[in-house]
Amino acid sequence: MKGRCRRGEWVEIHHVILRAGERSRDVPEDTQKVPLEAWIKGWAQSDAAVGEELEIETPAGRKVKGTLTETNPGYAHTYGPTVPELAPVSRELRGMLKEGKSRG
Amino acid sequence: MARDLSYAAVMGRRGEIMKKALGVDYGEFLRGKIAFDYEGMMTKAAYSLDEVRRIQREVGVGDTPLLELKNVTDLVRMTSRPGYGARILVKDEAANPSGSFKDRRASISTYQAKKVGCPGVLAATSGNYGAAVASQAAMRNLKCIIVQEVFDSRHVGQPEIIEKSRKCEAYGAEVIQLTVGPELFYVALVLLEETGYFNSSLYSSFGIAGIETLGWEVARDVRERYGKDPAYVVVTHAGGGNVTGTARGLRKAGAAGSKVIGASVDLSGLHMASDRDFNRKSFTTGHTGFGVPFATWPDRTDVPKNAARPLRYLDRYVTVTQGEVFFVTEVLASVEGMERGPAGNTSLAAAIPLARELPEDEIVVVQETEYTGAGKHPQAQLDFARQNGVTVQRGDPSENVPGKAIVIPERFDQLRMTEMDLDRMRRSYMRNAVERGALKEVSADEVQFLAEDSRLTPGSVQAILQELGVKVV
Repeated sequence: MKGRCRRGEWVEIHHVILRAGERSRDVPEDTQKVPLEAWIKGWAQSDAAVGEELEIETPAGRKVKGTLTETNPGYAHTYGPTVPELAPVSRELRGMLKEGKSRG
Repeated sequence: MARDLSYAAVMGRRGEIMKKALGVDYGEFLRGKIAFDYEGMMTKAAYSLDEVRRIQREVGVGDTPLLELKNVTDLVRMTSRPGYGARILVKDEAANPSGSFKDRRASISTYQAKKVGCPGVLAATSGNYGAAVASQAAMRNLKCIIVQEVFDSRHVGQPEIIEKSRKCEAYGAEVIQLTVGPELFYVALVLLEETGYFNSSLYSSFGIAGIETLGWEVARDVRERYGKDPAYVVVTHAGGGNVTGTARGLRKAGAAGSKVIGASVDLSGLHMASDRDFNRKSFTTGHTGFGVPFATWPDRTDVPKNAARPLRYLDRYVTVTQGEVFFVTEVLASVEGMERGPAGNTSLAAAIPLARELPEDEIVVVQETEYTGAGKHPQAQLDFARQNGVTVQRGDPSENVPGKAIVIPERFDQLRMTEMDLDRMRRSYMRNAVERGALKEVSADEVQFLAEDSRLTPGSVQAILQELGVKVV
């Protein structure tokens, strides 16, 4: 079930490490206004629903508490769509090499 | 009694946490307010070149192929004055176990962690180094935690960094994905205290000693194959370790005549710790946002004395644009059959205009490549830039504006570089030394240190100190 996890499942939790007022004085103003947040993945130590507090055991064996965000989290990053500005480069350069070599 | 985990309290314990997490007492090397015994630290708190080679062979790191880029060299010669256009070679560091030269660094710190009996290793990095530490830890049966800066406050992450999170997790590491901010270092300190892990810092003497083999192998392989030393060795420059380790290795091989040229992507105007700017940059490493501050003041890291000291070794420092690096990434794939990068191709982008300066019989070495993958790819990164309001267009690279416009060159001959003023950076280093050390007066020994550390003459150091109101006693 998407909105819940069972004990022993691979999950992701979220927690706030530093609230907006607690941040380093060295960070710029826009960053001062937002909290320092963390997401960690590990194995659920109990059943929980998304948004509920949960303890996990991380791959390093640490026990960490946070709010459940996802069960069986994956990766959605891709190679992206063709970028029209970059797509012709290969053909242009191969043409340039061919022309240069035919001129000797 | 529970530890005080407030930001101020943890940062206050920084020195003792680091001493324990590295097993190095930096006090032993300090000489005065600013000066320290750099070579002493690199000898006593590290390993010799032979030892590093042995350790790296145990884990399949190093001895990567050195490849001649014949078609790129032809393209350079077609766009150079007659008789000019040096041969360009590339050290295919993507052939290391985790796909980048960072395995060289990680192999030594992980070896040290195992040797001193630490249960695990920790690194705070959003770059390839995380994967390298995770991979080395897996080989040596150590636990591993990687702390990364991944998201802005909208929970939107750079595809390049998300790929690096995935890779660390694939190697069995615990990955802590954070929002933007230098407090990732605070998180690392809290965890080092909690776990007793070894601090696999990018900037320890162990890490830097690990890169020396790269420069040493370049000199050995070029000599063996071409009977001469490279004229230029071009190094992607960010935190300074790549420049420092490579240059030290070249010197250890006796290639004193090879010029070490740092290259960074120009990201001037973007603030590295800004929540807003974070996703407006399309490079997360190899850029001026690290390259300039780390050169002009190396001791801003997680170790008391940084072993990466680029001003000591840089003969020149040049910048290229984001669009040029994406373009040469396409060049490398389409005419050389090598899909690598993009960030690691920063030095290749610079090597092209640099090779045009030299006669055809000279050699320019690009000393690294890195693996490519989903997210860590020109298409993914340019698409992401567009989604974050950055314009992507073809044109002259001079139209590039960091965070606003990425310009893909229209032609190969438009690839250029901008020379950075190293003397200005040396003066900036001196200002930082005076301010950070709160210097009022310095000894002759400290003048000597500042001269070596900035590659200024002792006379120039004294003149600059005088301008800054510091007395030499």
